[in-house]
Amino acid sequence: MSIQVKGISKQFGETHVLNNINLEVQSGELIALLGPSGSGKTTLLRIIAGMETADSGTIILDGNEAIKKKVGERHVGFVFQHYALFKHMTVFENVAFGLRVRPKDKRLSDAEIRQKVMKLLTLVHLDTFHDRYPSQLSGGQRQRVALARALAVEPTLLLLDEPFGALDAKVRKELRRWMRRLHDDIHITSIFVTHDQEEAMEVSDRVVVMSNGKIEQVGTPGEVYHQPVNSFVYDFLGNYNVFDGWRDEEGNAHLLEYEVKENDVSLVPPVTNKKGWMSRYPEITGLLQKIIPSVVPTPQPLVPQQTKPSPKRTIAGKPVKLFCRPHELFVVKTPDENEYIKATVLHLNPAGPLVKIEMERLSGEGLTAEVPKDVIDRLEIKKGDHIYVRPKNTRLFDE
Amino acid sequence: MKSKSNITEPFLIRVFLIVIAIGFIGVFVALPVAVIFIEALAKGIGAYFNELNNDNAKAAIKLTVLVAAISVPCNMVFGLAASWAITKFEFFGKRLLITLIDLPFSVSPVIAGLIYVLLLGANSVMGKWLDAHNMQVIFAVPGLVIATIFVTFPFVARELIPLMEEQGTEEEEAAIMLGANGWQTFWNVTLPNIKWGLFYGVLLSNARAMGEFGAVSVISGHIEGVTNTLPLHVESLYNGYNFVGAFAVASLLTVLAVFTLILKMIIEYYYPHEIKAAR
Repeated sequence: MSIQVKGISKQFGETHVLNNINLEVQSGELIALLGPSGSGKTTLLRIIAGMETADSGTIILDGNEAIKKKVGERHVGFVFQHYALFKHMTVFENVAFGLRVRPKDKRLSDAEIRQKVMKLLTLVHLDTFHDRYPSQLSGGQRQRVALARALAVEPTLLLLDEPFGALDAKVRKELRRWMRRLHDDIHITSIFVTHDQEEAMEVSDRVVVMSNGKIEQVGTPGEVYHQPVNSFVYDFLGNYNVFDGWRDEEGNAHLLEYEVKENDVSLVPPVTNKKGWMSRYPEITGLLQKIIPSVVPTPQPLVPQQTKPSPKRTIAGKPVKLFCRPHELFVVKTPDENEYIKATVLHLNPAGPLVKIEMERLSGEGLTAEVPKDVIDRLEIKKGDHIYVRPKNTRLFDE
Repeated sequence: MKSKSNITEPFLIRVFLIVIAIGFIGVFVALPVAVIFIEALAKGIGAYFNELNNDNAKAAIKLTVLVAAISVPCNMVFGLAASWAITKFEFFGKRLLITLIDLPFSVSPVIAGLIYVLLLGANSVMGKWLDAHNMQVIFAVPGLVIATIFVTFPFVARELIPLMEEQGTEEEEAAIMLGANGWQTFWNVTLPNIKWGLFYGVLLSNARAMGEFGAVSVISGHIEGVTNTLPLHVESLYNGYNFVGAFAVASLLTVLAVFTLILKMIIEYYYPHEIKAAR
């Protein structure tokens, strides 16, 4: 089933949950609605399902306006985050529910229902669990029952609200791969909501990135990851580093390195002196000190304090923020003729194929790099070392 | 064992507290219950059954069962409707409704009975209208039913509201998404989820309906064999110095109370998650 979402807006009280949402989904696609909590993705899903009504706009399912149809007549399967299985029914009865509540003239015979339910339970690998109750199943099994139940009514559209959100990390990974394969087999148009970018990337054909009730970007996982249209999408899809820089007249971006000089300190008075009047009237204080030296504190010595770092290179163009991913940072121990940024290693996390290096720049800002293990070994990078980094690739956003 | 005594009270204090608790229950509950049966059987088992087997006693039993049989289903429907409305959707005046549901718990039953006498009695506007249409409400069975409904209506609603609030609406939404209509959703999804809570509420409501004295006392007019429920019959017998009769009828109410208590315990034991008000 193809879906057209046209100008959907929704308000809860004063909050604009959805702001003029337009989206087209082709038949057979698997779409991820990705965004942080509060971005409106679940509300959009519930509006498409018909469980909520939009303040304005319309949903067109296969060329027909869905708003006029009753929820049960839309042929939409819905999978809830917390499964919403019927607690008092067995797995079999849960899956059979949608078939049993049909009007008499459209209802299948008991034998047909039985055959169909068992076929679906085989599909979700739960055929041997048909007489269990939901409370006797694990989270992953419950979610597969919920999926089988939604598929039993032969929906032309499957909506999943954070389907893996309540599962632990390992089960979640298994289940989402399985769901991708299942989708490749049955090709039902599906939309699922998630706040996990890895999940959206791994499972979907296209990703819809949402924030604050708007769609930020729609594209394939590759597109949104490699060509993010704004800093929000870039930020949401992974870790990153930010650098100050400038853009020259030809449009090339340059990094701005800050430097803190050894003697770059100024002397400031301590801020702890509560007896303000004493410092304001030095004549009286001086006089008092002569008379009763014990009660009047002697003036505190000035404290050296580091001033803000100053740019090492000059800006020759429009100042911009430059972004780069941790794996796009090139790390050396001794700088060559290229532009580098000096940093101190704070922490090394060697778990995984790439070693994570947490660093601090001279200016105090943090940096994160992801570097292959052999590079770390070759350069003999240790905690506390001074190293030099250079982004291999930077992005800037016109905002 | 030594480490355990560090976090609990000394032995003597524990014994002291337990003795106080049990002694209190013994003096104020167990002893009176025992007295009821002793007094009821004071003149032998034959006299006991005689007191339960005369016309007035039988009429009182019938009337009590009748009043409960009308008021309990009414409260079941009201409780279901109120808790459904309160937990499944938003509407104006919801807080007020929740407060009003608790009203019978804070109003003396005698006052409740009196309100209906004033509202429906011969001197009121409604009373005159009823009189003109030849309908007897006060000092008759309808009045008893109305007063009983008033004092017992919080029980079902109070039990179901927290239960339904906790269960949320997801299962109902799932059922509707699967094509079920409103009735199918209620019958197949909502009702099975709340049935024990509902039964519990009905049980308490019934116990109160059968045992209610204050409200029905004002509104019944104490016509023996006609508007005397069991508790009122006990009073009549006692005031007539028929102690065996009074205690024999009282023993019936006691048996009902014990039976209710046992059922209540069973439900609380087997379905602790579905009985919210018990916690």
